[in-house]
Amino acid sequence: MQDTKYQIRNTRYEPLSLAFAALGGLVLLFIVAPLASLFVNCSVPELAETAKDVGVRSSIWLTLWTSMAATMLFALAAIPFAYLLARKDFPLKGLVMAIIDLPIVIPHSAAGIALLGIVSKNGALGKTAAKMGFSFIGTPAGIMTAMAFVSIPYLLNSARDGFLAVPVRLEKAALSLGASPLRVFLTVSVPLAWRSILSGSILMWARGMSEFGAVLIIAYHPMITPVLIYERLGAFGLKYTRPTAVLFIVVCLVFLVVLRLLAGGKNNAQR
Amino acid sequence: MLSVRNISKDLTPFAIKDVSFEVSNSQYFVLLGRTGVGKSVLLETIAGLARPDAGRIFLDGKDITNEKMQKRKIALVFQNSTLFPHMTVYDNIAYPLRCRENNGQLSQRQIRQRVNELAEDFAVGHLLAAKPQTLSGGESQRVSLARAVASEPRCLLLDEPLSSLDTKSRSQMRALLRKINAQNRMQIVHVTHDYTEAVSLATHVAVMEAGTIAQVGNVEQIFQHPKSEFVARFVGIRNFFKGRLQEPRDHGTDTRWFSSGSLSLSVLTDSPGGPGFVCVRSEDVTISNTAGKTSARNNFEGTIAEIIPAGFGVEVIVDIGVEIAAMVSPESAKMLELSCGKKAWVSFKASAVKYIEE
Repeated sequence: MQDTKYQIRNTRYEPLSLAFAALGGLVLLFIVAPLASLFVNCSVPELAETAKDVGVRSSIWLTLWTSMAATMLFALAAIPFAYLLARKDFPLKGLVMAIIDLPIVIPHSAAGIALLGIVSKNGALGKTAAKMGFSFIGTPAGIMTAMAFVSIPYLLNSARDGFLAVPVRLEKAALSLGASPLRVFLTVSVPLAWRSILSGSILMWARGMSEFGAVLIIAYHPMITPVLIYERLGAFGLKYTRPTAVLFIVVCLVFLVVLRLLAGGKNNAQR
Repeated sequence: MLSVRNISKDLTPFAIKDVSFEVSNSQYFVLLGRTGVGKSVLLETIAGLARPDAGRIFLDGKDITNEKMQKRKIALVFQNSTLFPHMTVYDNIAYPLRCRENNGQLSQRQIRQRVNELAEDFAVGHLLAAKPQTLSGGESQRVSLARAVASEPRCLLLDEPLSSLDTKSRSQMRALLRKINAQNRMQIVHVTHDYTEAVSLATHVAVMEAGTIAQVGNVEQIFQHPKSEFVARFVGIRNFFKGRLQEPRDHGTDTRWFSSGSLSLSVLTDSPGGPGFVCVRSEDVTISNTAGKTSARNNFEGTIAEIIPAGFGVEVIVDIGVEIAAMVSPESAKMLELSCGKKAWVSFKASAVKYIEE
């Protein structure tokens, strides 16, 4: 997988490579240009002003912690489930795998409506929550649920790939040395799949953090930053909203880079 | 005592059929057979990695057929390293010690002490801080063995443990295996396709053929008295002697003397002197009525003890103090007018003698 030995390093520039590079440049430009214009059209004083705005600050904080908490909470169930998917064959496994990918393909506003049916006061989950004295609608719990719904496939798929790459005979060897299956899972399977689990978690967190549609439907308030940006755009226009967007993007990028560095520092054990 | 009774397992395209054998305490049991006859699957069944379709497995009188793998007290060492790549050599050896639940958890100090003892026994003390992927084949096999022994199994299963090693590591490993077997009084079941491993290590051998056991016995029985043509052809050596290889008298020659009782053979080898075995395939032994000048270094006069038709030839047993078997064609037997009780000369080249160090 990460074997660089067999990669052919081509230092000469052939016409085809040049053509592909030109196409690549267009794609990069497509991504970078809007972001660059966002940054260019936004002055430092404006940014400083926005950073002092309590509404903006609390929404960024809310977005960060709900997306992280959602990832960690759901990882507790997703990681063992991913292991099961990697190791066991069972009836209708193909169907289960398709279900896992559903949140990626359905429109997120539709996902929000679907979730609303479950977590609203008349829904099954909503009723149980009401009995326990809390609600999903308009609360961080609702935000987390919406974020997790649309982002959990990323963790599941990445962790499953990670577990698939762990040689089964290492687990068998551990069992024959007297380790219980749970111990084998915790001391052999998870550490060896750690990098995939971590990068899947980062993806899930990043995807959750950027979610708009599903969260908007379940919890307009308290306002996460994507919703805040949408609201300000409608109420005050592009110029006023731009600094908020820039600030949020910068914060997201900083977190993403830091986490990637942390994850990259711990190399996947070689096999 | 490990007792395997009537184990069958269907693994299309091949199958294990009604396999039974017993390994008593401190025996070194070698399962010998070609690749793909089901040896490895049989080992995995004993270890609990695979369930048999029929039959039972007993360890020290207890039925362990349905016992969980981690409770069997059977350790398995594979041909290729199964060391945990994310742990150091130390943590690998300590792994089974940290898994101990029912027979008393060990303190950190006890674990450290035990790991150090094992590391010394297996000559890996200098590697404790290393990661498995930096080890040589021989080193990682020694660590695997140390780790397996650390789990204090009643029975140690080895799946082709020497095949991926170079000659030097191989002889080092053989010495270690012999030591484990003697010191810990641990039953060892060793699977291999290489009969030299059986000769140098086994107290008992089972030859497997197409999913069944063709013959079980001690080394002499298997190699000198193969019961079936398959066994005879597979092990391929009827002439098999235990003895001692002498150091060369003068340098510059690779021809050494090997003595076994009253018999003294000329052997072409570059191995150092010491205890060992020699094998001569019966196909490599020629018979003549008179002593002629020949390039063969080993020429003995004896009496024909037996003439046995053997499928594709005639096996002639000549008594030269010990019995030597020679495989000759029916035409040659007729031409030489071989008959029981008649004098004959046997000869074979020093290069036809295979030396296997102990």
